[in-house]
Amino acid sequence: MVYVDPHIHMVSRTTDDYETLAKMGCVALSEPAFWAGFDRGSVESFRDYFRQLTEFEPKRAAQYGIQHFTWLCINAKEAENVALSREVIAMIPEFLDKPNVLGIGEIGLNKNTKNESTIFLEHMELAIKHQEQILIHTPHLEDKYKGTRMILDMLCHDSRIERSRVLVDHVEEHTIKHVLDAGFWAGMTLYPISKCTPQRAADMIEKYGPERLMANSAGDWGPSKPTAIPDLIFELRRRGHTEAAIRRVVYENPIQFFSQSRRFKYTQPEARHELLRG
Amino acid sequence: MSRSPSEVLTQEFLQTRAKILEIAAFYDRLGDAYGLDRTQLELLRKGCEILNDDRSDKAARVQLLFSREYDENWRQQFGI
Repeated sequence: MVYVDPHIHMVSRTTDDYETLAKMGCVALSEPAFWAGFDRGSVESFRDYFRQLTEFEPKRAAQYGIQHFTWLCINAKEAENVALSREVIAMIPEFLDKPNVLGIGEIGLNKNTKNESTIFLEHMELAIKHQEQILIHTPHLEDKYKGTRMILDMLCHDSRIERSRVLVDHVEEHTIKHVLDAGFWAGMTLYPISKCTPQRAADMIEKYGPERLMANSAGDWGPSKPTAIPDLIFELRRRGHTEAAIRRVVYENPIQFFSQSRRFKYTQPEARHELLRG
Repeated sequence: MSRSPSEVLTQEFLQTRAKILEIAAFYDRLGDAYGLDRTQLELLRKGCEILNDDRSDKAARVQLLFSREYDENWRQQFGI
């Protein structure tokens, strides 16, 4: 089955992983800007990182017939540095016309601080000003519930936000209903240690249905598994879900959400395979 | 699509047995809890209670047990 991974950090992965993803059925992915494992010291570091996301990674992915899309921001962890964050936010528009940019993300909260909240609101303003879609990171472990509620509070208090154009990621059993009931898209992140297993993601699909729901692997530099979505596909098949129902969550929903971005130009996999052969 | 309770039990009995065994082995490794962080131990005890009670939504309730509380007045506290 072909699928789309809507949240995977390919800068952390080897080219072998692109090959494995392609062999497993991945035809497109989107890579939000995130924390590199260390705090970057200047706006120039982010400029280089955004060039990597908009120039280098799309080419690396294309070698395996995978279409690469991306989201730009300064992540929640580094947003604690308000001065640097404002420099990065001011620089982001330089990249908004790049063909693989879908919007602003992954913005969010980490430890639910005042500085993180301030920069989240300033990212929101940037997205609204440029009519961009938003991809959101919610905190981990004990901070997730509080942080998700704070994020939804900020989003819902601004009438300019189009909820159907916002994806709230890393939802789990205690946050998914809040996100879906408020009219946003929800992403379940399949992760070996924190976040969600394929089995629990399948439970949530069965409980809440496939409407505005996606799954992703995160696939970052931590202990993650870039082929986690095929694991979910296998779990859903094992439970007797139809191929059409599975395809909706792992392929059609991401395409439908991304299609709201004016730069999203999706090439059908068959056409790309022609190019690979050529 | 949803499996019947009978199917769930049949398909997942062994995996669940293994997970219970892991928790039991953890408590064996912990041994005498004297002097340890009572807050963490209490959270684990309450988590096990949720597994055994007769209410639904166990995963969401375990998640909330291990979560910080949300204060609707957070904006005023931050002055945002």
